[in-house]
Amino acid sequence: MIAMPASEVWMIIAALGVGTFAIRFSFLGLLGDQRLAPWMLRHLRYTAVAVLPALIAPLILWPEATAGTPDPIRLAAAAVTLAVGYLTKNAVGSMVAGFAAFYTLAAILG
Amino acid sequence: MSIVRPKSAYFRGFVASLPFTIMASPFGLLFGVVATEAGLNLLQVMGFTVVVIAGAAQFTAVQLMVDGAPTLVVLISALAVNLRMMMYSAALQPHLGAAPLWQRVTAAYTMFDQTYALAQANHDAAPEASVAYKAAFYLGAATPLVPVWILSTWLGAGLGAQIPEAWALDFAMPIMFLAMIAPALRSLAHVAAAVTAVSLALIFAFLPFNLGLMVAALPAMAVGAELERRGYGR
Repeated sequence: MIAMPASEVWMIIAALGVGTFAIRFSFLGLLGDQRLAPWMLRHLRYTAVAVLPALIAPLILWPEATAGTPDPIRLAAAAVTLAVGYLTKNAVGSMVAGFAAFYTLAAILG
Repeated sequence: MSIVRPKSAYFRGFVASLPFTIMASPFGLLFGVVATEAGLNLLQVMGFTVVVIAGAAQFTAVQLMVDGAPTLVVLISALAVNLRMMMYSAALQPHLGAAPLWQRVTAAYTMFDQTYALAQANHDAAPEASVAYKAAFYLGAATPLVPVWILSTWLGAGLGAQIPEAWALDFAMPIMFLAMIAPALRSLAHVAAAVTAVSLALIFAFLPFNLGLMVAALPAMAVGAELERRGYGR
């Protein structure tokens, strides 16, 4: 349970709100339509394929639900998602295939 | 490049976002349940979800508050989780930077992993599209996500619903982002950036405040950029 006065909870909410917005607004808001240098644009083109895999890799390999032990079912479902997405270039199909693989394997092996 | 009206771009963004909106709703539900069980009242739970509107950071903050962490640690940790959005902001700037201020403010408030990834895929597919088109697509993608996130949190807080463990909600987020990223692996440069990111994220997973993410992502972007410079970008 949170043992904190209500005022402190609201202080945290307000500070996180302001801080998060500042992070999100930063480049988009303050640079306006200034043109970035080509080398910088080249780096930024790889933001999605750098940040999102780094975000999920530990969650797939060491899931919290299994107390951090690698889970063959989750690894197999992740492999199916990746393969279907890579081959079909279809994000929704890839997501559906990944979940189908997970629940099927969990039902058979679970 | 044919001229596409912003209105149809808005609709395309909206439709593209629907499957990911459905996937996001259980997390809103879960946050409502977890935050209520942690002792926050309905107004505080909704305050988090409306004011901060960043799922991973909200879970981090509530968890640390339950653990009795000092306020400063709560703030630093939750904001560190959101630092990746500064990179999204930078990546979106070349496309949306010239949009009117109200659109950039709205885009910032609704900057999620989903809106960014959808926008990036759209920019990759049509890099020459106009700013108005790109902004309309982005705002279209944000439109279903925001109310569903807020409403699902409210439902979770109100119902206190128990989410069955067999749903394996912990796994929904990785699968969703993996599905968004796999189609983007369209050149050696992209694949190498992703492999670098995964390797470094696993090596530096022990770092506090989720900093392993930044330590992994920045060099990965450099790897992608360098390979593109050498002609492996398509």
